[in-house]
Amino acid sequence: MTASMELHGVAKRYKEVAAVRDVSLAVRKGEILGILGPSGAGKSTLLRIVGLLEPPDSGTVKLDDRAVDARSVEAPMLRRKMGIVLQKPVVLNRSVRNNLAYALRIRGWDEASIYMRVDEELKRLGLGDRSNKNARVLSGGEMQRLCFARSTIHDPDVLLLDEFAANLDPANVSLLEQMIRQFASRGSSKSIVLVTHNLFQAKRMCDRVALMWDGEIIEIAAKHKFFEDPGDERTAAFVRGELVY
Amino acid sequence: MVGTTGLDLIEVTLLSLYVSGMATILGSAIGIPLGALIGLKEFGGKGAVKTVTYTLYGFPPVLSGLFVYYLFSRAGPFGSLGVLFTPTAMIIAETFLVIPLVTGITITSVVEVDKNIKDTVRAMGASSRQSTLTIMREAWVGLVMACMIGFGRVIAEVGAAYLVGGNIDGKTKVLTTAIMLETRMGHFEWAMALGAVLLFVALAVFFFLRLLQEKELL
Ligand SMILES: Nc1ncnc2c1ncn2[C@@H]1O[C@H](COP(=O)(O)OP(=O)(O)OP(=O)(O)O)[C@@H](O)[C@H]1O
Ligand SMILES: [Mg+2]
Repeated sequence: MTASMELHGVAKRYKEVAAVRDVSLAVRKGEILGILGPSGAGKSTLLRIVGLLEPPDSGTVKLDDRAVDARSVEAPMLRRKMGIVLQKPVVLNRSVRNNLAYALRIRGWDEASIYMRVDEELKRLGLGDRSNKNARVLSGGEMQRLCFARSTIHDPDVLLLDEFAANLDPANVSLLEQMIRQFASRGSSKSIVLVTHNLFQAKRMCDRVALMWDGEIIEIAAKHKFFEDPGDERTAAFVRGELVY
Repeated sequence: MVGTTGLDLIEVTLLSLYVSGMATILGSAIGIPLGALIGLKEFGGKGAVKTVTYTLYGFPPVLSGLFVYYLFSRAGPFGSLGVLFTPTAMIIAETFLVIPLVTGITITSVVEVDKNIKDTVRAMGASSRQSTLTIMREAWVGLVMACMIGFGRVIAEVGAAYLVGGNIDGKTKVLTTAIMLETRMGHFEWAMALGAVLLFVALAVFFFLRLLQEKELL
């Protein structure tokens, strides 16, 4: 199977905190890869490195077999091809409609096709009636749906999600999970990285699961293996829900 | 007698608005982009540049007047332009007073835009120019505030306006300098009337800017 993204020996520290240390990882085309781990393990930092928002201190990031640099002039162009939902989803201070339009305008779409695409998407989201309201008045669930749509509206091949369902009620979680599945089924080469600390969500959604621990990936395996026959003691304990964090 | 008359009043008021308005527009046209760049770009000596900007809030208006006076006086480098004692000279002197204020408030406003917004915009692949413009728009309330404070400073200013304008009847007399003159001549009623007009004009402009600030940009 081909990889869409690879990390080789990536490390990143913030002053005295080693957030990520020596991580190597390949995200395959067509898979949903879950990254589990306790709070502070470095999941978000890792995702931001993959998303070219943060350059690692050492190691390399490869997209489609090519080494890339978050600081390079081509980095914005590369980010445009991805979709990223950050841990704290925020909307711009403008209408729901223009929040979505913005994501396409950045990517150089022409105005006529932008609004056609946006209105179609808003209908799908069930936000059609609120399209001219300021996005900041949306409820938490609506806002997270909007952020998800904003990251997928341009149909990227790579989607990075950081705790996309944190603080949501079960109905909204299930709605978003459904949206992710729909997105995954749009093409056979879509890669999705899903950061979560929810075991059950990883179980429901992912093809492979990795466990991040204190800046390192200590286990990565197909979902069944990960949950039923983990190789690492810590994974076994984590899966049993024994380690409190 | 050289006092103010009713007809003058309109002229003086309009000139006040013109000089302060132009200085605010010019000062903001320079200060807002400058503040956005200083606030959002990383460069060496950034801290020092910010400190200088904030320190210049305290720049005495009369010194700005003195500086512009020198530039356009016959002995100065631009003496031949004949700008001294014209509204143009006043606008230039007042613009210098607006720039640090607008720049400083803009810096603060763009810096304070939520880091998650900045990250999100970058994550979507915005170029540096696109993200700067977006963040400026997110800081809209602060940017209008910058213009308000800038305008507030110059509409109320006397020293520089008097020095480089000269309070010439029908040419460079503005509300503040007229009040000074009338008071000195003992025309208290006129001074009071001018004062009332000044107050009204200043409040009206602030009210308008406040509405602009509240306006939701959808
Ligand atoms: N910008 C930053 N500056 C300083 N330290 C940071 C920064 N970002 C992350 N860290 C530190 O790096 C470590 C890893 O943080 P990270 O956000 O990647 O963890 P996480 O696994 O996503 O946690 P959570 O599940 O709570 O979101 C933490 O100790 C955190 O305090
Ligand atoms: Mg995190």
